Amino acid sequence: MKKVEAIIKPFKLDDAKEALGEIGVQGMSVTEVKGFGRQKGHSELYRGAEYVVDFLPKLKIEVVVPDEMVEKVTLALADSARTGKIGDGKIFVIPVEDAIRIRTGESGDTALL
Amino acid sequence: MRRLLPGSVLAGALLLPSLALAEDGVTPGQFTANNVWMMLCAGLVFIMHLGFATLESGLTRAKNTTNILFKNTFIISIGILTYALAGFALMYPGEFNGWLGFAGLGLGAGYAEGAMTPAYADGGYTYWTDFLFQAMFAATAATIVSGAVAERIKLPSFMVFATLFVGLVYPIVGSWKWGGGWLDAMGFYDFAGSTLVHSVGGWGALVGAWMLGPRMGKYVKGKLAPIPGSNMPLAAVGVFLLWLGWFGFNGGSVLSADPHLTSFTLVTTCLAAAAGCVAAIFGSWFVTSKPDLSMALNGILAGLVGITAGADTVSITGSVLIGLVAGGLVVGSVIFFDRIVKIDDPVGAISVHLVCGIWGTLAVGIFSTNPEHSFATQLIGVAAYGVATLAAAFAIFGGVKAVMGLRVSQEEEMEGLDYGEHGMHAYDLGLGGGISPSHGERAMPSPGMATRLATSENA
Repeated sequence: MKKVEAIIKPFKLDDAKEALGEIGVQGMSVTEVKGFGRQKGHSELYRGAEYVVDFLPKLKIEVVVPDEMVEKVTLALADSARTGKIGDGKIFVIPVEDAIRIRTGESGDTALL
Repeated sequence: MRRLLPGSVLAGALLLPSLALAEDGVTPGQFTANNVWMMLCAGLVFIMHLGFATLESGLTRAKNTTNILFKNTFIISIGILTYALAGFALMYPGEFNGWLGFAGLGLGAGYAEGAMTPAYADGGYTYWTDFLFQAMFAATAATIVSGAVAERIKLPSFMVFATLFVGLVYPIVGSWKWGGGWLDAMGFYDFAGSTLVHSVGGWGALVGAWMLGPRMGKYVKGKLAPIPGSNMPLAAVGVFLLWLGWFGFNGGSVLSADPHLTSFTLVTTCLAAAAGCVAAIFGSWFVTSKPDLSMALNGILAGLVGITAGADTVSITGSVLIGLVAGGLVVGSVIFFDRIVKIDDPVGAISVHLVCGIWGTLAVGIFSTNPEHSFATQLIGVAAYGVATLAAAFAIFGGVKAVMGLRVSQEEEMEGLDYGEHGMHAYDLGLGGGISPSHGERAMPSPGMATRLATSENA
């Protein structure tokens, strides 16, 4: 069981959600985050003066899936969230020990499906 | 906007030729129409206070919004009360020495027989309408200061300043022109208050912003680091409300519903606002490489302030030129105060109200179609108001600083005046989230606030 975390451009959320749905992902969590990578933010103008915005708005998608689905999920996320321009984000894969569905008490992979 | 006393009907008719009918008296129907128009204009000027409140909220950070709204709420209220108590009688004392007069304490001190009939003020309005319209103007001068000192002034200190400024300074200097004082006798012209309202407020704003110093973080190692406003939609709503209100500000300053003068004044007012906006758009685009919305909005106000002194007396072309120059001036002035003088004015009040107020007043000397108006007299008026208001503002702010202090603590400024002065945020009123001390983005409550919340819960 793995957690796939993807930091993506906010306007790519719908594409990513659809791509994940198509390969059978049942649920996901989304958080608004701010951050920067190698591009180090960008500059904006206010009343004629420039200033640097270090932390740009991004979305973090979190999906926990059985091991055999990890590759499909990361591919789907990478394909759907890519614009080819700087700031497209990153995907992280993290091991997860267990999952429990609160309503029924099911655990392990069955709690994910 | 000189108020004509019953005894000066003839003089009034000479000043405003299209009011010549007044010599024969106005009919009851005309009197009613005049009075209704003037009450409507009082309502329009009242709406300007909502415009100031929203504009200032939009151009400042979300952690100070409650404080900004609170100051605007207080100013209009204390302004009306002090104007009833003394301001009206100080500004329009009747016959006086031209410098300082007082008709008497309390509203009604100037109430004479015939104050509800066409015998009063050429039949333009009743005594009560007169008071109401003028009272709405009075609070404007202090509201202008509110924006320039935003995000760092102690609330009680500002309340004391605003009370004295609107209750004493504005009406006394105002009497020099509109009360029939020495500048009026000299031929100085200020139709609706480019100088009497806007420059007076602007001088106060300049002194306040200078004495307070810039907001923390505005200059990093001497270099300008802009502090963006929190809400451009609110700023836009504010400016459009102000534009709407200005139809009453200038239209009502005709002091009757005279069809020719009111309609003409509304057209010059509108044209100057539009020209100011366009000039500021292209000015900011040219200077900063991008068109800046806050500058475009300031440009509208710049044009409005500029046309206010001569809205009834300049030509149509003159009104457009006044607006264009004002719109260019405001862009240059904002950059000048930000980068050269380094006086921090979060909303651009000094540039809009002081700089363009001076421009508009001098422009009467250039564009007026009335040969009696001269540039030299206008300059004397501008200088007189500058000296008097600067002295008064320094005295009040200086006194307040010595007794109560002017500026909030650094810790409070970082955390925001909403929590520091009022214990209340403008947004996210629940415990779910706070407003971060930086540029207004949502974040977890800051450590300091979390501690205080915990303390108050335990108490």
